[in-house]
Amino acid sequence: MLKRIFISDSNCVTSLGLDLASNWKAVSNGISGIECHHRDDLLETPFYASMVNDELLDQAVAENLNTGNYTKLEKMLLLTLLPLINRNKVSDNSILILSTTKGNISLLKDKNIPIQEIQLPTLAKKIATYFGFKKDPIVVSNACVSGLLAISVAKDLIQGGMCENAYVLAGDELSEFILSGFNSFQAMSQSVCRPYDNERDGVNLGEASAAVFIDSNFEGDNLIEVIGTGAINDANHISGPSRTGEGLYLSVLSALNEANISKEDIDFISAHGTATMYNDEMEAIAVNRLGLNHVPLNSMKGYYGHTLGASGLLETILSIESANNKQLIVSLGYETSGVTQEINIIQKPEESSITYFLKTTSGFGGSNAAILFKKVN
Amino acid sequence: MQQFYLKKSTNLKSTHYISHLCKINASAIWVDNQLVMEAPGNLFADFAKLAYQKFEIKYPKFFKMDKLSKLAFLSAELILRKTVKDEMNKNVALVFANQSASLDTDVNYQKTIDDRNDYFPSPAVFVYTLPNICVGEICIKHQLQSENIFFVTEKFNSELMFNYAESILNQGKADRVLCGWVELYHEDYQSFVYLVDKKGQIEHSIENLNKL
Repeated sequence: MLKRIFISDSNCVTSLGLDLASNWKAVSNGISGIECHHRDDLLETPFYASMVNDELLDQAVAENLNTGNYTKLEKMLLLTLLPLINRNKVSDNSILILSTTKGNISLLKDKNIPIQEIQLPTLAKKIATYFGFKKDPIVVSNACVSGLLAISVAKDLIQGGMCENAYVLAGDELSEFILSGFNSFQAMSQSVCRPYDNERDGVNLGEASAAVFIDSNFEGDNLIEVIGTGAINDANHISGPSRTGEGLYLSVLSALNEANISKEDIDFISAHGTATMYNDEMEAIAVNRLGLNHVPLNSMKGYYGHTLGASGLLETILSIESANNKQLIVSLGYETSGVTQEINIIQKPEESSITYFLKTTSGFGGSNAAILFKKVN
Repeated sequence: MQQFYLKKSTNLKSTHYISHLCKINASAIWVDNQLVMEAPGNLFADFAKLAYQKFEIKYPKFFKMDKLSKLAFLSAELILRKTVKDEMNKNVALVFANQSASLDTDVNYQKTIDDRNDYFPSPAVFVYTLPNICVGEICIKHQLQSENIFFVTEKFNSELMFNYAESILNQGKADRVLCGWVELYHEDYQSFVYLVDKKGQIEHSIENLNKL
């Protein structure tokens, strides 16, 4: 019999606030953190994105962290994890799992910085050392599904006996590197993004960090159990989703199979919804193939943009808050359907009793991930 | 406490085996411990092309790949071409890892945005600035709609690779797992890819992974 796995604590740092409470307050009131930024150092033309305010971040760093030389991403990651470490003591068998797509990639433009400084394990080790972890940290870097996949890794490693508990931390910062890349794909929206809407014209990028504490201890309030996971590749294209949503469809089936619940039990879906033409259409197809088209669904991209390696974890945390507060989060930016298949997009902040919910993500490399969660108490 | 947990995880009795392995480094390729190709003195790109020709791979998409994808693709190809042949045996999960993620291509991409007067970011390069793209390339070639993940660790983490592969198999999420360490940065490269299967000569264990 495998151990049961629970998320018992979480936190995040985003454009909408430097802790979970401020983020929930903003999101439950329909406030978006996406603004038009004029940052010539990042992109020649103005762009819509969700950015963590530097002054507020530095102030929080000065008040809470040990003095040191930190990049913006490191500040965000350390501040996100700090309260979790204070509330849940790190043991010799605790592990840090870091999800990031690009880490400190913005250091790459400074040719004096040795390449080792930019490697992802260096970043993970810096965070792990700060908080006194004994075990070597693990980085999950699997494009936009990384943040969700890292929860699944934590579950498997605890169940397999490699660690006692896991601190899953996810983060990516906005950089010239990422902005120029998505811009070259012509994938960026010219305004605030509109997932699943007829007028959608692409993604907004964003920066954020998020963290959860995961263990097998059946104690405490507001426990969320990780009951089923799946991460199946489309095997179709490296930069575009499968037209049939095959990998996503199979990922959700795999999660349902492991969770041993029926699709009718799912109360809510937190989808990926990047607001690109192809992604949103693919998801609508997969959701219909699964027979989940009547289940209330949202995308959080209208609040935070696409925060890459952080997105899956950030959106999970807000879905947990949604379940704890019995309130569905509005899918911001949606008015008229722009996908060919019917899906039940949340348009009003309805009250709802949520027991089971599904979180999905998809990304470059044909990657997909789906996790089913259960609110335990 | 730590000892207890480490002991428990290293002593886990596996019923799985390493059925095939492929190693590539320093312009040489070994499959199942047999040296199958040696072409010293070549840059990686030329070496990869020679390997493509020698093993008659016939997959033009190979030439669009970045160096990391070529390394992962070649290592996987020499195992999968003889072990994944029909629809029945495609439930092969992929668990890959390295130290430098996609930094080799990241450096190349960075050059295209360093100078605003000579600014030419390209989607064809940018897409390879993610390490898991190489896993996607293998999935596409062999039509593997299966579980996959890319880890980045300071060195080959045998405990992680063992545990993750075992959990996929024990949960019934795949019939076999192709695991790989595929490290590449500039001209330093090393791959060690192996298939974890129900049958084989070498027991799947942390100890054996450290020896191989």
